[in-house]
Formats: sequence, structure tokens, C-alpha cells
Amino acid sequence: MKKQSTFKTFLSEIPQNLFSGFVVSLIALPLGLGLALASGAPPISGIIAAIVGGTVVAIIGGSNVTITGPGNGLVVVILAAITTLGEGDMQQGFLYTLAAIVVSGVIMIILGFLRMGSLGDFFPSSAIQGMLAAIGIGIFAKQIHVMFGNIYAKGSIIELLLKIPEGIINFIKTDSTSIFYAGLVGIISLLIMIFYGKIRNRYLKLIPAPMWIVILSISFYAYFEYFSTADYPIEKSLLISLPNDILSNFAFPDFGKIYKMEFISAVISITLIASIESLLSIKAVDKLDSLKRRSNVNKDIRALGIATVISGFLGGLNVVTVIARSSVNVNNKGSNRSANFFHASFLIVFILLFATQLRKIPLPALAAILVFTGYKLASPDNIVKVFKVGKEQLIIFLITLLTTISTSLITGILVGIFATLIMHIIINKNAKLFFKNIIKPNVLMFKEDDIYYVSVKNFSSFLNYTKLKTKLNQIPETEEAIIDFSLCDFVDDSVMENMSNYAESFTRKGGHFEVIGLDDAEPKSNHPFALRKIMPKQINNLNKVFTKRQGSIENISKEMHWQYDPFSDIEMEELPTFGYFKTRKIQKVSNVLSNDSCTIFDVHFSEGELIAKQIVKTTMLHIHPKKNIPDFTLDKEGLFEHILHFVGYTDIDLDNHPDFSKRFYLSGKNEKQIIEFFTDELILFFESNKQYHISATKKGLLIFGNERLASVKEIKALAYFGIALQKIIG
Amino acid sequence: MQKFDKILIGIAFSPNLKPNLFEAVRLANMFNAELVGVHVGEKSEEKEKNIQAILQEADFLKTKFTAIWQQGEPVDVILKTCKNEQIDLLILGALQKENIYKYYVGSIARKITRKAPCSVLLLIKPSIVRQACKHIVVNGLEDKKTEETIKTSFLISNYLNCKKITIVEEIKQEELHVKVNDDRSLRRANIAKERLETRENRRVNKILNEIECQNFIVNTQSIFGKRGYSIGHYAKVKRADLLVMNGPRKSGIIDRIFPHDIEYILSELPTDVLIVK
Repeated sequence: MKKQSTFKTFLSEIPQNLFSGFVVSLIALPLGLGLALASGAPPISGIIAAIVGGTVVAIIGGSNVTITGPGNGLVVVILAAITTLGEGDMQQGFLYTLAAIVVSGVIMIILGFLRMGSLGDFFPSSAIQGMLAAIGIGIFAKQIHVMFGNIYAKGSIIELLLKIPEGIINFIKTDSTSIFYAGLVGIISLLIMIFYGKIRNRYLKLIPAPMWIVILSISFYAYFEYFSTADYPIEKSLLISLPNDILSNFAFPDFGKIYKMEFISAVISITLIASIESLLSIKAVDKLDSLKRRSNVNKDIRALGIATVISGFLGGLNVVTVIARSSVNVNNKGSNRSANFFHASFLIVFILLFATQLRKIPLPALAAILVFTGYKLASPDNIVKVFKVGKEQLIIFLITLLTTISTSLITGILVGIFATLIMHIIINKNAKLFFKNIIKPNVLMFKEDDIYYVSVKNFSSFLNYTKLKTKLNQIPETEEAIIDFSLCDFVDDSVMENMSNYAESFTRKGGHFEVIGLDDAEPKSNHPFALRKIMPKQINNLNKVFTKRQGSIENISKEMHWQYDPFSDIEMEELPTFGYFKTRKIQKVSNVLSNDSCTIFDVHFSEGELIAKQIVKTTMLHIHPKKNIPDFTLDKEGLFEHILHFVGYTDIDLDNHPDFSKRFYLSGKNEKQIIEFFTDELILFFESNKQYHISATKKGLLIFGNERLASVKEIKALAYFGIALQKIIG
Repeated sequence: MQKFDKILIGIAFSPNLKPNLFEAVRLANMFNAELVGVHVGEKSEEKEKNIQAILQEADFLKTKFTAIWQQGEPVDVILKTCKNEQIDLLILGALQKENIYKYYVGSIARKITRKAPCSVLLLIKPSIVRQACKHIVVNGLEDKKTEETIKTSFLISNYLNCKKITIVEEIKQEELHVKVNDDRSLRRANIAKERLETRENRRVNKILNEIECQNFIVNTQSIFGKRGYSIGHYAKVKRADLLVMNGPRKSGIIDRIFPHDIEYILSELPTDVLIVK
């Protein structure tokens, strides 16, 4: 029954996926050609990767709206592999690299089977940002020369960057019309890429920018071919070369260097980048999915591996999940994997029908697309974003960036990881925290009253994030989850970023995800992803920073017209009069939310002294009643811990309310007064609401749930409970 | 069910001596047990006076107190005394990490705990004034010893006048057999989880049926996680006053490198811990 209906929806969605696949293929065609060229590989190899990837992953993949094909992250690695393995002979180097691609595909398959999809979590986010920026700079440095018509520029990334001014001067001074026209096409293409985003015309937007470049380049050629008497001014060496017989002329990998060190290192870097890029993209695309599905990452990695192996044998590049094309797919209402399949099919059609026309595209036009992509990866905006999270993140970012540019990708990312670890140690002034606790299973999750409660101990950073992640992934996003970091000494930015992602996906799917226990951690900046170190001693925070929870509480206060003071210094004079606080020392009251007669606050108090001292944080509600109330404690029958100070007084049973007496434990000194106080209305109120611990003195009522900080939702519930109770007791 | 008729306490002349002794006397009175103190080192008048002075200050000890003075390797001496004196319960004090509220067991106490022939009580916060025990967390693993441990913990809570007992069943993640990959496997995993939880609860309830527990509030809680570690974490989160665990099976060198079960608890005591032999 269900099967049929899904098949029906699949059929009904075919038109929209067909269209979406078509639009994506318009981008994939120039990008595929361009990425392959930038990698130093024959242009067709990029298209092969897209076709194979689109077909294979659409059939056996585990994600829904992703598009697969050649990735921009791989440009730098593949170019390096071709150069080093070929030792000057680019053609031979490409064949060796194909072998490396095949092997890396096999490794990806194995990673998928071993469920190593979580491997990507071991990379701190700033280091990954730095690495991506380095890749961007790498692409930019090489392609900007090509864009100006100089396809022979060679050297390391830094050398290429330094040669840019010289390249521009050479272009202006050039006396070759071929280079001049080619460069002109390149510059115009770049302008199209830059200004396309600013144009809001619906009809222009129908065709993506890269395709405009292709169309305009071909029209440019057509003008010379059919209208102008002059010859096409751009030389053949500056045009794309496609094999004459595209369908039979496949390059075949050469496994001759398989045991060589440089081959192995090429395989490692290709696999590393391919899997990181794919994992990041899959994660990002899941956030875009309008149907809120969860991708099966491992299955997808497996499919990508298989696609890569096939693509490699056919002379194509690596197949990875690509974010830009996937988002275009989502924007054009692609709804399932068939869009990816259609994108591949359209590519086949294009390459078969328009091969002649495509051969007329000048290389600088494609280079312009890549210059723009490279710039996007390394754009200053990204650096500003990283800096906002914290100074130390910028340092990590720059270290990774510079090492990657000056050495290799593998060294770069390793140095980035190492720098992050060192930075964490410096911030905590404590290396033992990390080394002693790294292998400990530090996450506890249990379900209580239908809420998933997750407590994290010791520290939580990229080093042990997988442990937290596996637990969190077991919570359906439609449920309520509370993540408590109060036992953690340190939480890093990668974890914070992920928490924010979880919160987002829970909200999207109708659940609730809340992080607690960080209100008195000292963040390094006021960015929500800033890493946090929890202060062992009581410190009056100088740079008082709002946490997200505090922001939400503020919102509640506005909603309910209560006052809110997150950093209140007021002493709660009434608190110590409550029996509960006779044995507990109040340290700090914060996040005070109040109206005329009710006050909700977080209280930090300590139990025991010296070595036995334990700091406890709890959210409580205090009601100032207008009438006099007798001293009593009301509790869930069974919570004995709160009523220690009343030992000797037994449960007061209210005669005509057996159910109430069964569920609640009521005790107090003056039994008669208490029985009088508990009117039928009040009893009904208690019976029909959530059971809290309530202790009453002449100074008021103290109400709280669990002995921990309440989530925002719980605070709201507590507030309404208070208001209603206040009404009844007057 | 175990009975605690003879309690042994190691006496070291540290600042903790007084709270340790106070706690031991209190426990001896509660269990109505004989108290034996063993000091590894030379006997001297001064030391003896010291002990007597503290004992005078403490609650009145209803039973007999014997002091044993013996020289040698602390681990050997204490283990030997346990055997010779037919001790039922050995009390050890834990150490605290500098200025943070974390407790661990020192290397000597750790060795003793591993090899002790009797039950061991590890105190993280021995105190001079009595702290009431309000909540006991007991392990409910699927193990031969569990039944005995649960029974013992009920006996103890009777003595300590503790009314709330939570039995924690730790279920290995691997037992789930379902890996969460996407929405469908997640749903399957949750169904499997519920089934496992019901199975575990049924097993624990079977044990509980044989115990008189009307006077207690008994809860069961299933946790998916690493054995030994998650129960400690749970006890800490729930701020339990006593954690009762099964005694360790033989632990070799590998267990110390790759800690498991009890070793986790020893490296980071969440609260007072009783290890039932």
C-alpha cells in the first residue's frame, strides 16, 4: 500500500525533477569542463565524472537531493598528483592519477562499509575552513593566469600569486590578438559571474551564469563563423579540446606506480579531500531538503566510492557530492535522486549533440568561472566569519591556510588539527584534561519523562565529538532533547556549531533541542559558536555575554510582560528562610525573571563543605503570596530527598482526596492549618498539573522541578504554573 | 544476601583520619558490626593516643574496636588482614583532584579494591557530621552477581534508612544490532531499544519480586552505554549518595590499559561506591 503511494509520488514528481536536472546540467557542463581543465586533466574527464556519478549515486546512493560530480576541492590535489606522478609528462601523469582515483574509490567503498562516515567529525571546523580557503587560493592562483590567456604559467601557489601583477601587465601589453581576445572573453566571463547574482531578472535567471558564459562564447564564435569576414581570432591552443569520438575514446588508468610513495600520498590526499568535501556537502544539503529527510551518509559514501572506481576506469575524475550544484537542484524543486540521474542524462545529450560547438569555447571563459569559485572559497567574508567566532579560531585558520599553501594538503590539515589541539590546551592551561579523558565514553543519555536527557562530561571538542554525535543521532528529531554541558570543563567551537545545527534540525522537524549548562561558561567571543571554558571558581564575568538560553528567556519575558535581568546581583533574602536552603549555601542567583508576585531564577548553591562541596544549579520559582500560608512541603510521593528537614513529620493525608494523598507527599508542622489551607480547588489544581517540589513558609512558596537548570520550555511551564497557583491562593 | 558483621578500616595518619574514623564508627553502629582498624607501620604510643582521642570524640561505638599494627607492604597487609580477620566490609577513602570536585582512588586503594576478598566501600566525602543517604543507585547488569548485589543494597538501605533505590540496567550499544543511518533505521532502532528495555526491566523485576521492597521507592532506568562508565555518570547526574556495583571479575593488565566496568569508576568516583563481592 505504502509502496504504491511512494511510487505514485515518484511518478508525479518526475517533471519537476526532470526540469531541475536540466538546470543543474547547464551548470555541470561548464563546471565539469572547467574543473577538469584546472586539474590539468582532459576536459572530458570532468564530464565523465558527472555522468557516472549522477547515474550510479542516483541508483544506489543514500541521500536525496544531492548532485554528484567532479568537485572543486579536488582540483588542487589532482593537479598536484598529475604533475608529480607524470614527472613532466602530463598525459602519462593523468593515467597514473586515474589509477590513484580508482584506488581512492576503493578506499571510499571500504570507509562506507566500515561506517566511517563520522571520520569527517575529527576535523575541527576552523581547520577545515582554512583548508578550503587554501584550495580556493590554489584554484584562483592558477586560473587567473589562464583567464588572461596565459595557459603556460607554472610554479607553486605562492609563485603564481606573485606573478599576477606581471600577468596583468603582460596581458595589456600583448601583441597577440589571440591572447587579447581570449583574455577579453575571460574578463567578460568573470564580470558575468560577479554581476549575475545582482541581477534580479527572472528570464535571465532561467539560465545559470556558467551557461551564459558558454552560450555567449559560442555566439562569439558563431558571429565570426557566419557574419564576420574575419577569422575566429582565438587560437586552437586556447580552446577546449574534446576527443573526436567521445564514446569510444576512453583513457585507461595506468597502475604502474602503485607501490611508489608519491602514488600512495596522492591516493591519501585524494581520498581525504573527496570524503571531506562529500561529507560537508551531504550535511549541508540535508539542511536544505524541504522534506527534511536524513541522508544515509555511509551508504552515500559507498555509492560515491563505486562511482569513483567506474569513473576512474573510464578516464573520469573523482565523484564527490557537490554543494553548489546540489543547492541549485533544491532551488529548482528537485525532490529525489532522479534529479541527479536526469542531470547526468542531459550531460550525455549535450556532449553528443553539441561537441562541435563546445570545442569553440575559449579556455579563459572557463577559467573565469573557476577564478570566481576560488575566490568564493577563500573570500574575505569567510575570514571575517571565522574571526567572529574568536581570535584563536583565526589563528588556527591562518596556520592551516598557510601550511596548506606552502606544503601540501595532508600536511596542512594535520597541522591544522594539531594547532587546534595546542590552542585548546593553551586556553585551558591543562593538557591532562584532554589526554586523560579522550578515550573515556563521556556521554550519557537516558530518557526520562519522555525527554531525552544527554549529559556530557569532562570536555567536548572535535576530539571526542563522535561520541556525542552517535548519541544525538539516536534521538528522533521530533522529540524533546536537553543537552547538559554543566559537567564539562571545556566545549569547543566545532561542537557548538554542531549543537546549533542540531537545534535547527530539531526545530524544523517539530522537536525541541536545547543546550543547557553553559550560562556561566566563559566564551571567547560573543558569537554563538565561540568555544567555552567553564570556570572552576565563581567569577564575576567582566564581559557579560548572552547565551542563547538567556536570549530565549528574554523573549519569554517580553511575551509575558515580565521583567528579566540576566545578571542580577540582588540577594534573594527570602531564599535562606526555606528549609531546603538550611543545609545548602546559596552562591549566586542569576537569570531573574519576575513579575509583581512571581520570580523565576537560576540559583547556584553548594552542598556540603570543603572537599565534599558540590555546586548545584537549579531553576526555581518563588511566589510572594498576599495571604499568610502555613509552613509545608508538598512533593511527589517518593522524592524523599527534599524533605530531610522535616524528618519526624509524617505524610498528612487529606481525608476526602485519596488520589491526592496517594500521589503527593505533604508534610508540615501545623497539620490543622495545612488541611484548612488545602481547599478542594487547590487540590484539584495540584492534581491536574505537573508535579513540582513545593516548599512554603510565611515568606512565600518555593517551587522547582528537577534539581538542574530548566530548559526554556520548562521555564515557561513553570511560569504558567506559578501564575495559575498565585490566582488560586490569592 | 551479604551481612556486614566485621568492618575493616585502614588507618593512615592523614588529615582525613578523623572523618574516616567517624564514618567507620557510624557505619559499624548502623550495621551493628565489629570494627577493626589496621595501621601499616610501627606501633607507637603517640599514634595510639591519637586514635583513642578521635574515637572518644566520635559517636559511641556499640561494638568492639580492635586495632592491628603491622609493618609491610600496605596492599599485602590490608589484604592479609581481610582474610585473617574474616572481614566483610573494607572501607577506603578516596582522593580528590586538586581544586576541582573530582575524586579518584589512589594506586594503593585501587590495587586493594581489585584483589579484596570482601566487599569494599569507597568514600569520597567522609564527614564528621552525618550526611543522610537519600538515594542509592544499583547496577542491574545481566550478571550472575547482580542478584546478590541488588539484595545487598536493599539490606544496606534498610540500615541507612534510605528510601529511594534506582536500579540501572546498562545495555551495550552493540546489543541493539541496528545502526542508525537514516530515518527508517532510526525508527527501527527505537523499537529495538524499547524491546530491550522491556526485557531488562522484566529481568530486574524478577529479582525484585523475591525482595521485600514495599517500603522503598524503586525505580529502574535503562541506559545504553559503556558498562560501568554510564552508571557512574548517571549517579553523578542524579547526585546519588551511594553507588552499588558488582565486584570485579579478575582484572588483568589489559583492563588497566583499556579500562572497563569497575576501573572507570575507580578513576573517577561519582559518589560513594560500594563494591559487593
